[in-house]
Order: sequence, then C-alpha cells, then structure tokens
Amino acid sequence: MDKTPGTHPVKPWTFDDYTNSYIRRAAATGIYDIRGGGAKRRVPHFDDLLFLGASMSRYPLEGYRERCDTSVELGTRFAKNPIKLDIPITIAGMSFGALSGQAKEALGRGANAAGTSTTTGDGGMTPEERGHSNQLVYQYLPSRYGMNPDDLRKADAIEIVVGQGAKPGGGGMLLGQKISDRVAEMRTLPKGIDQRSACRHPDWTGPDDLEIKIMELREITGWKVPVFIKIGGARPYFDTTLAIKAGADVVVLDGMQGGTAATQDVFIEHVGQPTLACIRPAVQALQELDMHRKAQLVISGGIRTGADVAKALALGADAVSIGTAALIALGDNDPALEEEYQKLGTTAGAYDDWHEGLDPAGITTQDPELAARLDPVAAGRRLANYLRVLTLEAQTIARACGKNHVLNLEPEDLCALTIEAAAMTGVPLAGTSWVPGAEGA
Amino acid sequence: MESLDLKTLELRAINATLQAEGDGSNKSFKITNPLGSHAIAVGLDAPIEVNVHGSTGYYCAGMNKQATVNVLGSVGPGVAENMMSGKVVIEGDASQYAGATAHGGLLVIKGNASSRCGISMQGIDIVVHGNIGHMSAFMAQAGNLVVLGDAGDALGDSLYEAHIFVRGDVKSLGADCVEKEMRMEHLDTLKRLLDEAGAEAEPSEFRRYGSARTLYNFDIDNAGAY
Ligand SMILES: Cc1cc2nc3c(=O)[nH]c(=O)nc-3n(C[C@H](O)[C@H](O)[C@H](O)COP(=O)(O)O)c2cc1C
Repeated sequence: MDKTPGTHPVKPWTFDDYTNSYIRRAAATGIYDIRGGGAKRRVPHFDDLLFLGASMSRYPLEGYRERCDTSVELGTRFAKNPIKLDIPITIAGMSFGALSGQAKEALGRGANAAGTSTTTGDGGMTPEERGHSNQLVYQYLPSRYGMNPDDLRKADAIEIVVGQGAKPGGGGMLLGQKISDRVAEMRTLPKGIDQRSACRHPDWTGPDDLEIKIMELREITGWKVPVFIKIGGARPYFDTTLAIKAGADVVVLDGMQGGTAATQDVFIEHVGQPTLACIRPAVQALQELDMHRKAQLVISGGIRTGADVAKALALGADAVSIGTAALIALGDNDPALEEEYQKLGTTAGAYDDWHEGLDPAGITTQDPELAARLDPVAAGRRLANYLRVLTLEAQTIARACGKNHVLNLEPEDLCALTIEAAAMTGVPLAGTSWVPGAEGA
Repeated sequence: MESLDLKTLELRAINATLQAEGDGSNKSFKITNPLGSHAIAVGLDAPIEVNVHGSTGYYCAGMNKQATVNVLGSVGPGVAENMMSGKVVIEGDASQYAGATAHGGLLVIKGNASSRCGISMQGIDIVVHGNIGHMSAFMAQAGNLVVLGDAGDALGDSLYEAHIFVRGDVKSLGADCVEKEMRMEHLDTLKRLLDEAGAEAEPSEFRRYGSARTLYNFDIDNAGAY
C-alpha cells in the first residue's frame, strides 16, 4: 500500500478552536454572549514596567525602620470633608444585586479593617453596606435605580458614573435570574425581568450640564462630601480635562481590563483602552490644568498586586481601586470549588457567568442558599489581609526607591520592558533613554 | 412669609435656610429675583411652602421631599428631578427632563413640557396642562404621567410599569408602548390627579398608554426593538 506521508493537520490561526466555538454558540442561540469579569486577552499592562530601585545616585529607606506613609486624601479640591484613607487602595463600585448581601458586607468589613472605603453600585445603597462600611462612596448612575436624597446625604462621597472601563459608552444589565424580591423593590421594577440600565444620564448631557448637576448635588449635600466622576478608559486626556472643568474633586479612571457584573463579551474585549495607556494622558491633563495632586486621580482596571499599585502611583495616580481582585480575595473562582465549576461547564479561574446568579462561591448571586455559603466575617478578613499585602508590597517598592510616601513614587523610578509600554507611559525603554513618540526621539 | 432675595443672598445661603427647616415646620418662604439660577430650593425635607417669583434654571426643587414649591414663571431642565414627595407647581413652561427619575409627589406644569418629560420616573405623578415633547416617559418605571394636550414622538419608549394618560394627539408611540383599556380604577386615578392639579378636564376624554411588556425578557425575535 502506498503510504505517502501527510503533513500534520493544521488548525487555522484565524479560525482557532475558541473562535469556532464562538461561531457555533452564536449560530445556536442568535444572541451575543454576556458575561462578567474584565478583558481576558493580553494587553500591555503594569507587568511591562519595572522599578529601577535605589543606586549610587538615589538612596533607599531602611526597610522596617524608616517610615513610608501610605495615607491619601480624596476630595481636597472643594469638599469640606475629604475622604481620608490609610491606604491608597479603595474598593470599586459593585452593586447589591450583582453581588450578594454577604459579599457586600464582606467588602465593607475588609475595607474597614484596612482603613479604606467601599463603593455602592447600580441599584442603590443597602442599610447593611452603609452599616458595614466606615467610608462609603455612593454611586450616582444613569439608571438612578434606588437613588434617593436620604442615602445621598448618608454618603461620604458621591461618584457620578459616566462610564466603566469594561464598557465605555454602554449601559448596565442585570438579567431576570438575579432580580430577587428585594432587588426588584430597590429598583422599583417587577421581579424577574431583565433590567436594562441606561447608558446616558437622564437629566444632563454634556460637560456643561454636568457642571450644573455637580453644583446641584453639592447644594443638596451642603458642599460637605467630595464628588468623584468615574470614566471608562476611552479618551482619558479629554475626559479628565472635562471632568475637572465640570468641577470634579476626584477622577476615577477605569481601563479596559476593569471588571463588570454583566456585559456583552464583544464590548468587554473590543471597546476602551488598556489601563496602562490611560494613566499618562490623564495625568498630563491634570498637570496642564495645574490640578495634579490637587484633584485626585484614582486608577482601576486589572490591579492585582502591590507592584501594580506602586506603578499606577508612580505614573501619577493618587490611589487605585479594585473590583475583581477583591472578589477573588473573598473566594471567587477558588479551585476548591472545581467540581461545581465543572458542573457549570467551566473551570476555576475561568468562571465568568456572574449574571446567571449560580455562583458556587456565593458572591455574584442572589440565591439565598448560595449566598449563605459566604461567611462575611471570614471573607472580610481575607480581603483585609490581601489589602495589607498590597500595601506592604507598594511600601517595599517605595522604600527601595527612597520614598517616604508611596505618593512620592514618580515616572523617573520606572523603566519599560516593551516599546509599546514605553510609548504608552512615557517611561523610557529599559536600557535606553528612548521614549517612542517623545519630542526628539 | 420670609423673603429671600437672590440678588442680595448667595444661592448657598438660601438653600441652607430652606434645608434647615425640619419635619414640623410649616413656614412659607418667598424667593425673589431667581434670574434663571440653577438648583434653587433643592434637597428640601420639610412640609414648608416656597414660592419662587420668576423663572429658574436647571434642577429647581431637585430631590424634593415634603415641601411645596411653586414657581411663578418657567423652569429649566430637570425640574423636580428625583422628587420623593411633596408638590411642585410650575405656572409657566418646563424644559427637558421634567420630573426625571422621581419617586413620588406631584409635579404640575401649567404650560408645556419639553422632551423627555418623566424620563425614568419611578413613582411620581406628573400632570402637564399643555403639551409634552418627544421621548417622554422613556423607560418610565412607575407613577402616572397625565397630559391634557398632545404628546410628541416616541411616547413611552421602553416603558416599564408607569401609566400614561393623554387627552390630545400622540405623534407616535415608542417601542413596547401600546394603548390600553381605560378601566374604572384608571378613571378614578385620573380624576384624583386632575383635581389635585387644578386641571379642568374630563377623565373620559383621555386615552391610556402602557407597556406591552414584550421587552421585559430578552427575546431574539424582538432584537430590532431594542
Ligand atoms: C461584579 C462587579 C460589579 C460591578 N458593578 C459596577 C457598578 O455597579 N457600577 C460601576 O461603576 N462599576 C461597576 N463595576 C466595575 C468596578 O467598579 C471597577 O470599575 C472594576 O471592577 C475595576 O477593575 P478590576 O475588576 O480589574 O479591579 C463592577 C465590577 C464587578 C466585577
């Protein structure tokens, strides 16, 4: 028998297994894929930067003896009572509805123990989260679900949500499965229906209107609490400029890796700029307005480690904010639950069907039995531990760079590992003084 | 009646005076020379009466609770936005987003209201003696919108459970908004609202519009409507 050797079967790069499964899913259902979490593809990130450390020309601080401060104040521009945090890491806005009551409580407990703030989300403020958070930022979203002046006056800061990194230009979505009686009541909507949250605010449009809206919110709250504006990483230079012009005390800038409770996969993966690329343009906008470190910049989207925190601060942020990492610290995607993830057709680390409300970890669910699996005290302790590690790590790096406050970290302390990261951050490529795109480069 | 003049006092001072009134207060205030200022009489939380002598800018009586605010003039965008309770009466016209996202209370507009009147309303009652603009009651969740005149394009688009009553013509209905049967209970509600708003009209002259509820849970066959 003639046996001509064949080449090894080749699967196309363009039509790889994942892509084919995507096409088959779309063909079977006729609807786009909705999921939670942030962008899963690799984009330039903080890993593409390194700290230089002290050397002959810079001297470090003594590890455990010389103080390296980590406290930050958010809202020093106009507010009578800025938010005072012990650490430069805050908990990002995540709604009761998307998260179980137990998860919200755990976030509050962990944040309190670490000396930082938490944030409400789409759907309003629950008495529990107010009770469990010493410092609570109240989100003012396009949907205004559950928005009321009493809660507004109970807040320690107000965050006007213009956009989110996972979906700049997109609205919210909470599918019927997660609309329990309580969630429905808080949002004044029938139980079990899909809740489409608007993508634009109902009573203002451009930045000129927003300036008046901020004035109204300040008049209602007696100019006491800071007003944050949260933007997705779309046009960070212009968006930051306009946010400051509209009167923000704090700009919260969320890059494309930022998590979401439920958004179209195509949106998460294809709209918005990487977090790393957003920071320098935003800082530049603040510097040009002479507002850097006067109005604060909070960066989020893919913050995982103390190194990420330190790098964001060195690039000019005043603090960072975490969503996904906080949920993982609580117990999300824990390999100990692998058997249950398998039953849901996924695996620990990949579970992202948060909108379905079947979370075996009891975090992204409204099912009372599942939610009861999360012990808020123990989970809160894990979060506090994690926040302490992030802080210690950022301090370690700051000391090594000779800084007595983490906010004294600066771009000069960094080098870039890739040409892309160098171009995006304005930090020179390692081993060179080359910043692609810089004048004269 | 205590008089507060916006020509001589700062807005902050005026709002602080009004906001300082507590639950038991039934004082009356007169605000003169509003001159189109924004955020007049916002965040009130007492059963007081405030009479604004002139026209205002954005967000007059925003987030009102309990208070009665009468504007003897016209108002800019977002009057009584997110109102919780109380009563706001506009003698003139209202700009866009009147009563946006409001949870309760009664908003009466004796003139016309512009586009997006009652957008995302969550329980407020709004009575407009004149006409309303396009996209009114967009995504309206609860409450009643009563219009004695005509309604513009795309009325009640993506409507949830709010009720809409229009006496005049409706230029077009938005996605998922349909005309519905007027039952006794609706006529009763309408009569009560017309009385409270001092509007002279017969409930029987109105048509009722509400949600067809076909967009409540995603269905691929409705994709074009989203
Ligand atoms: C479960 C979940 C729910 C969220 N809900 C909201 C929300 O209600 N409002 C909002 O502005 N952002 C929301 N976000 C985005 C976060 O506030 C934050 O921008 C993002 O999680 C930061 O990125 P990270 O997850 O990589 O840390 C949510 C994120 C998650 C993971």
